Amino acid sequence: MKLIFERSRPGHGCDMLPANDVPTLQPAAEYTRQTAPNLPEITEGEISRHYSELERNSRGVNNGFYPLGSCTMKYNPKINDEMAALPGFAELHPLQPPHTVQGALQVMQMAEELLDEITGMDCMTFQPAAGAHGEYTGIAMIKAYHKKRGEGKTRTKMLVPDAAHGTNPASAAMNGYTVVTIPSAPDGGVDVEALRAAAGADTAGLMLTNPNTLGLFEKNICEITQIVHDAGGLNYYDGANLNAIMGIVRPGDMGFDVIHLNLHKTFSTPHGGGGPGSGAVGCKTILAPFLPRPVVAQEGGTLVLSNDIPDSIGKVRSFYGNFLITLRALCYVLTLGQQGIPAAATGAVLNANYLMRKLATPAEIAYNRTCMHEFVLSMKTLKKETGVSALDLAKGLLDYGIHPPTMYFPLIVEEALMFEPTETESIETLAEAAEAFRALVALAHQNPEALHSAPHSTPVRRPDEVGAARNPVLKYDFAR
Amino acid sequence: MGSYIPSTPASRQQMLNAIGMQHAEELFADIPNEMLAGELAIPPGKSELEVRRILQGMEAQNTVFPTIFRGAGAYRHYIPSIVKQVASKETFVTAYTPYQAEVSQGTLQMIFEYQTEICELTGMDVANASVYDGASAAAEATIMCRERARQTVLVAATAHSDTIDTIQTYSDSAGAPVVPIAAENGVINMQALKEALGPEVACLYLQSPNYFGQLEDAKAAAELCHAAGVKLIYGCNPIALGLLQTPAEAGADIAVGEGQPLGMPLSFGGPYLGFMASTKAMMRRLPGRIAGETTDADGKRCYVLTLQAREQHIRREKALSSVCTNQALCALTATVYLAALGPAGLQQVASQCYSKAHYMAAELEKAGFARRYKGEFFHEFVTECPVEPQKLLTALEAKGILGGLAVEGGILWCCTELNTKEEIDTVVQICKREAQA
Ligand SMILES: Cc1ncc(COP(=O)(O)O)c(C=O)c1O
Repeated sequence: MKLIFERSRPGHGCDMLPANDVPTLQPAAEYTRQTAPNLPEITEGEISRHYSELERNSRGVNNGFYPLGSCTMKYNPKINDEMAALPGFAELHPLQPPHTVQGALQVMQMAEELLDEITGMDCMTFQPAAGAHGEYTGIAMIKAYHKKRGEGKTRTKMLVPDAAHGTNPASAAMNGYTVVTIPSAPDGGVDVEALRAAAGADTAGLMLTNPNTLGLFEKNICEITQIVHDAGGLNYYDGANLNAIMGIVRPGDMGFDVIHLNLHKTFSTPHGGGGPGSGAVGCKTILAPFLPRPVVAQEGGTLVLSNDIPDSIGKVRSFYGNFLITLRALCYVLTLGQQGIPAAATGAVLNANYLMRKLATPAEIAYNRTCMHEFVLSMKTLKKETGVSALDLAKGLLDYGIHPPTMYFPLIVEEALMFEPTETESIETLAEAAEAFRALVALAHQNPEALHSAPHSTPVRRPDEVGAARNPVLKYDFAR
Repeated sequence: MGSYIPSTPASRQQMLNAIGMQHAEELFADIPNEMLAGELAIPPGKSELEVRRILQGMEAQNTVFPTIFRGAGAYRHYIPSIVKQVASKETFVTAYTPYQAEVSQGTLQMIFEYQTEICELTGMDVANASVYDGASAAAEATIMCRERARQTVLVAATAHSDTIDTIQTYSDSAGAPVVPIAAENGVINMQALKEALGPEVACLYLQSPNYFGQLEDAKAAAELCHAAGVKLIYGCNPIALGLLQTPAEAGADIAVGEGQPLGMPLSFGGPYLGFMASTKAMMRRLPGRIAGETTDADGKRCYVLTLQAREQHIRREKALSSVCTNQALCALTATVYLAALGPAGLQQVASQCYSKAHYMAAELEKAGFARRYKGEFFHEFVTECPVEPQKLLTALEAKGILGGLAVEGGILWCCTELNTKEEIDTVVQICKREAQA
């Protein structure tokens, strides 16, 4: 594929603006740039073709099954995008007077109310722009809480299970916490005794993902949160996996003080090829004084954005977050409603268990229990027997038009493949995927080479990642 | 109730039987019984048409101003039709981060093109695939600069307050001191900067054009900083870079900014786009995704996510940043916007912003609204306000005009290419009338 810069021809371009209707002025030379940027010179038709080609060489949920674990690649309803594009939302300046944005503030307030009820929390901020940003924010709130109580200097440790996503320890460390890794027990849950031993007067809190990244519900969840509370710490819930349990059980009822949601996973706002998302953070009343500024508040009969939060952690980004993503999530919750929310969770868990059982014979289930919305296979025996790795199998799936599962995560499972089918897939799709997987395992035994070199039908095959990192070429070289 | 579940009661039963269960409740046997939520106190689900009506009802309670003279961190520019079309292509919208390079060359190449354009705009060596927004980009940049013995972050008091606040939050988290550099005549006081520099200082965050629209002497600031072993983080407006000195020309170590002006609607504050670019020397401290060129098994040129040894999924608590999901679709929007404008078009947008703002400032001055600060500015400027600002803004609002933002000591105005001479003249007329009333 050509780069857009390689399609550029001097003199090509689009005509977007009328002539200047005031006298054209030019800043003095000391203020101006010395060389013009090399931007493409290209006509609109050429732009259209270029991006159509890039689109054909991309993969979205619209193209086929996308069981990428921990990412909840469910169908993204179109009404949500259309509502987000309404001029009365998309054309609002963030600093308009409050009486001109009552509808927008209602969107935020309504989304907060509904998501508070779903999570069992008391308040919510939509300022964080993604899950990791929500983690950073929630942990900063925990830190502010301890500081306010005079324990900021003594509570220096954040407990994080070894199965946690990499963003958890990274977000804790950004807040200056020492990360204490809690091992998993043989059943895949948190090792409760290890947790008990680790929790103490220096514990700031625990970051728990539930269902955990093995796709398992923490059976001892209430005991776990109690241990942390007894030690004076707070419980953080990584809500990336909320799709399994929304409408079934609420983190706020299980002893969690703060949670982030990935609205771009559970609440079907599209991923956009890597964002924009929203990492809405919900919390209990005890943490409300520390929420980022501003919050939506009622003043007389109108809604306002209030900065009157003296103990707020401050701001974690500009304005009020990815508002149009919040709005999409609101549309989704309104659509599914009281019955639809738990039905989606049930559907996701049923699909995952069905697919897991279908794959149980050709592969090994890492932890053989009823799973939640996702499950992890270990390909270590296959690798020992045939030399075919989890990566090889994943690449093989590409030849069947299936997006591979998440690979080599969580780190505690050897040769891990993590599947999350989501509720928006049919039994037929799941059965076809299982068939493809079976065929690939059979192929691994017959002709491992065919899988070492897979995929065979994609536009490119097995890019040299080592070379890319060793000799970084991170932009187009106009001189070549 | 709307539903996007394709399974039927029969297929659900078939699946349950296949996994040896009778009822769906058994799926949740691991959940302590007493914890089950029961019915949620939320309304029943709704049809698509009902949802549309609810949202349209809320939309109707908002006012879209046909004319806007307000910026202050969010700028209304003309968005070419092709930009919205490309950015709403379904595959781009619904894809995940391009983990599987074989089927994600389109997304990866887009990121590579975006990185190239950001480097071209800023003059810097390397750019990442984006972070959350301009303010968090600035905060992430301060983390890149902090070292064991150099923890203090200097922040120009003339920067956007949201950016200052975000840097403060991130620095508080790490226990890093933040020292503001005082303003004088709408720009930072160089003497104050000189005095603040020291062996404990990691970096200076300087925004130019700054919050008041004024151009800072970034080159002089860079020289002072570098002489003291301090890094310069340059906060820039990408449209201004069509015309003005680049961060690289000023000697910046890191350039960051809010990419919203590059084709993103105002959106009540988000989604926006945080762009980040640095010198080659700081490349391995950049947060987030970076796409790189390589070759595939057949020797074909292609792209992958690279330099991942910086990132949270590898380094975990040792990573400098936890960013994972970023603002990819906004980066695509910016890339298409810059292609649609091209070098001449971007220069034209910047020049019109500059010319119109200067025309307006001169006309307002004649109407008794003198500029508060001397010195050069781009497309925003502060004037004194001889009348009660709220009264003036209400008078403008009555004509469908969102006036400048009331700030300490006056009003912060913004002009873009969308503001016609006629609109500017109307605002000046209203200002004159209000001032005389
Ligand atoms: C378990 C878990 N936690 C946190 C995150 C981070 O979310 P985001 O990518 O939105 O920052 C992810 C996403 O990949 C995740 O799977």
